[in-house]
Amino acid sequence: MEPSVLQELAAIVAPQPLLTQPEAMLVYECDGHTLDKAPPDVVVFPTSTEQVAAVVKLANRHDVPFVARGAGTGLSGGALALEGGIVIEMCRMNKILEIDYGNQRAVVQPGLVNLHLSLAVSDAGFYYAPDPSSQGSCTIGGNVAENSGGPHTLKYGVTTNHVLGLEVVLPNGDLVHFGGAVLDTPGYDLTGLFVGSEGTFGIVTSVTVRIMRKPQVVKTLLAFFDTVEAASNAVSGIIGAGIIPAALEMMDNLTIQAVEAAIQASLPLDAGALLLIELDGIEDGMEADAQRIADICQQNDCQNVRVAQDDAERALLWKGRKEAFGAIGRLTPNYYTHDGVIPRTRLPEALTRLQIISHRYGLRIANVFHAGDGNLHPLVLYDERDGEEVERVLKAGHDILQACVDLGGVLSGEHGIGLEKKNCMPWLFSEGDLDVMRRVRQVFNPQELCNPNKVIPLRGRCRCGAVTGDGTPDHETHEAVATAMQDAHVRA
Amino acid sequence: MNVKASLPGFDQVDRPQRDKISTCIHCGLCLDKCPTYRTLGTEMDSPRGRVYLIKAVDEGRLGMTPNFIEHMYLCLDCRACETACPSHVEFGDLMERARGQIERQAPRPLAGRLLRWLVFRGLFPHPSLLRGLFRLLRLYQRGGLQRLLRTAGVFNLLPARLKDMEAMLPDLPPRPFTRSVPEYLPGQEPATRTVGFFAGCVMDGLFADVHNATTRVLQANGCGVRTPRDQVCCGALHMHAGDREQAKALARRNIAVFERQDVDVIVNNAAGCGAQLKSYVELLADDPQFADRAHRFSERVQDVSECLAQEPLRGPLGAVPKRVAYDDPCHLLHAQRIRQQPRDLLQQIPGLELAPVTDADFCCGAAGIYSITHQDMSRRILERKMEHLAAAEPDVIATGNPGCMMQLRTGARLAGLDAPVVHPIELLAAAYEVGKKT
Ligand SMILES: Cc1cc2nc3c(=O)[nH]c(=O)nc-3n(C[C@H](O)[C@H](O)[C@H](O)COP(=O)(O)OP(=O)(O)OC[C@H]3O[C@@H](n4cnc5c(N)ncnc54)[C@H](O)[C@@H]3O)c2cc1C
Ligand code: SF4
Ligand code: SF4
Repeated sequence: MEPSVLQELAAIVAPQPLLTQPEAMLVYECDGHTLDKAPPDVVVFPTSTEQVAAVVKLANRHDVPFVARGAGTGLSGGALALEGGIVIEMCRMNKILEIDYGNQRAVVQPGLVNLHLSLAVSDAGFYYAPDPSSQGSCTIGGNVAENSGGPHTLKYGVTTNHVLGLEVVLPNGDLVHFGGAVLDTPGYDLTGLFVGSEGTFGIVTSVTVRIMRKPQVVKTLLAFFDTVEAASNAVSGIIGAGIIPAALEMMDNLTIQAVEAAIQASLPLDAGALLLIELDGIEDGMEADAQRIADICQQNDCQNVRVAQDDAERALLWKGRKEAFGAIGRLTPNYYTHDGVIPRTRLPEALTRLQIISHRYGLRIANVFHAGDGNLHPLVLYDERDGEEVERVLKAGHDILQACVDLGGVLSGEHGIGLEKKNCMPWLFSEGDLDVMRRVRQVFNPQELCNPNKVIPLRGRCRCGAVTGDGTPDHETHEAVATAMQDAHVRA
Repeated sequence: MNVKASLPGFDQVDRPQRDKISTCIHCGLCLDKCPTYRTLGTEMDSPRGRVYLIKAVDEGRLGMTPNFIEHMYLCLDCRACETACPSHVEFGDLMERARGQIERQAPRPLAGRLLRWLVFRGLFPHPSLLRGLFRLLRLYQRGGLQRLLRTAGVFNLLPARLKDMEAMLPDLPPRPFTRSVPEYLPGQEPATRTVGFFAGCVMDGLFADVHNATTRVLQANGCGVRTPRDQVCCGALHMHAGDREQAKALARRNIAVFERQDVDVIVNNAAGCGAQLKSYVELLADDPQFADRAHRFSERVQDVSECLAQEPLRGPLGAVPKRVAYDDPCHLLHAQRIRQQPRDLLQQIPGLELAPVTDADFCCGAAGIYSITHQDMSRRILERKMEHLAAAEPDVIATGNPGCMMQLRTGARLAGLDAPVVHPIELLAAAYEVGKKT
């Protein structure tokens, strides 16, 4: 990047320094998804909305791509600077600007760590419901961009159900406000459109969220099964009986082993699967629901049901669930997390398909997922130093996504499409569907400087600059360049 | 550390192990628990980033550049990331090995080398020299010179670092602990066991009061206490600074010393020392003569809170009606996973109220010599800590590590917080004292 551009940047964010050292660029080359890597040219740490807007305007003046980054826990390469340029790291904008208990809402800066919001309102008896397993590190801004969910999504919905309003710096540097202080505002639902746009529609600089009252009582059960099939049937049984637990999570044997090693909660290491089931709400009827769930589990050959005795045990079990991905790291140097969603009724079939894929490619696959809403997280275990194995992992990943689509599901439940699954979008959407998306994107991000080349395979303006004889963009060359670039990143 | 030129990659001596590097799956769950990441927000100064840099050097993508070295040394080695990490990354071991590589390969300026040699090789390994230094310091404090110089504002003329070091010194006891007690102290009847006592170097000279409190409480609980005089510094400072060879030499010496004592448990009361003593087993794993002996040694090491918490405390405990803010020393909580025991012990004291402290599990910024080598960062972390401690409105602050005690005393002074900083064992000893009188 031109030294003069760097100087201008430095002046905008002063006294916060810029990062340009090679060591720094190296660590910003990937996020929680490590199969793809692309170092930026510079990382800035704005501390105000004005600074963000100024940085974005400068990027536009000099035609430099930019991408926002929160904690970099994303699992689809969303925060990579795919084409270099500026990483706008939002973690210094991490204040809670306002808490309004009466109206159950809070206004926060996007760099705030998700869990910090719940902690801040906890004494008053409130919490912020979307609880991704990464909530101890990931930021509200990242959650908005990815429309993140969590175990309690089953009952409480995903991020979009909890965001009332947004302050956004558009990709051209203009400041706009979407939504407001209430859930339904007149006009188009631009908040809804923005949430889940994976950093391609602009940069969020403040978020108005709903905060909820903590439930009166919470009951957490663990049910152990011989097989994943039996557990899946129990899931269908529970939902079929009209009970909506606050959370309904499944782990398979491989995951149980890793989690037990991490948290020592006396989980039976020989169980084929476990369900972590949580009920919350008012005292009334809770005991009866718990009993019905236990009965349904028994009918489905469950080994036994354990009820968390106190808050400490409950916290430990959730710690195990939330750290399950990480715990898998004990079994393998790398893993590739998938995130397909399938109709809940087809869980047993999906898990069988996964087993077949695991055998076909000779790869271990661990499963830990939101069973209640059919959001699978197959983790494919591998070692990135083994190039041939990496090839197999990519092929297996392809087959897993294909299986989800075949079963009537979608590519991503909550981790986003990012870079990682972009090229699979045509499996799910017709060219017409994709074109509407491209046109919406065109409205927000016409220069394609804001997190370029993510989410949907693009047509139109391309950063490789290729044009055909008559001056229109050369799609073929672009696709070739993009593919080559991606390959290069994978190998880097 | 101030290194101007880049060093090549890792060589084979105590190299950070590839298997351990690759347990990091880059999930980022450790980020918010890291004091330097929380302060700076820069990925290179997070656990994940540091492992990634070590990995890059290991793979030959990066040399040991001056920036690399700085990121390694800006780490407090507090191990909060180990507690947070679900993948069980042995971060402390990786960091110590990386620093060891830097130390061995770095050409240091002569003056710096000499000073380090003097301190790490010339001073700490030799108890008698250390005692001499402490005697001099005490003379300086008692002789009125300190007061004179302090009132005259002479320290304001010193470089900031020296001035702060001077201010952090606790009042020195007349004699180091190991010189003032018999080698064996009997336990109160019914005596149930005999423990070895590791007195350490700095603690021995500067915190004899804490040692006395420790032995009194142990004795009151039926433990005979053996304090071998020929024990030496645990080597923790050497280890954090990357001087593994000297750390190993000290470890061998201590192992041999305690082998000659007939004890089941080796008790210590300084979290930093305890963590180091427990890690002798890893430190000497490749030493055929010492591997097994180190294993037997480390296995027997216990923090005093760990040792006492095995049974309910014996009475009579008198009332200590104080509101106490307990702050976890990193090397107790993260390196030794001891969280509950000190709290449980304190809660057995009648009248004592434990105040909840936000982020008690967070580093105070002391981290051995870090408060001197990285004063700016250390102070920023300390300020945050003092805000949380002040919010707990304590009468007394308790923490079980000498470095943390000194740091928190500095913090309390700077923040104008009127609460003495003590070792938890001192509160227990006080309770026994009151118990005796009533
Ligand atoms: C162990 C583990 C468990 C996880 N569990 C879950 C889970 O249960 N549910 C779930 O949904 N996800 C989960 N994730 C994925 C990830 O944590 C979420 O996607 C999270 O929302 C990312 O937040 P972040 O702050 O790390 O964002 P980053 O990874 O830094 O960025 C993610 C995307 O958001 C964009 N972005 C960041 N900040 C802004 C901003 N201010 N304005 C605009 N765009 C922005 C980035 O450009 C990028 O595209 C998990 C990840 C890990 C590693
Ligand atoms: S050190 Fe542990 S917690 Fe941190 S990124 Fe690596 S695996 Fe995750
Ligand atoms: S040891 Fe402490 S300072 Fe160092 S990386 Fe881990 S948490 Fe951060």
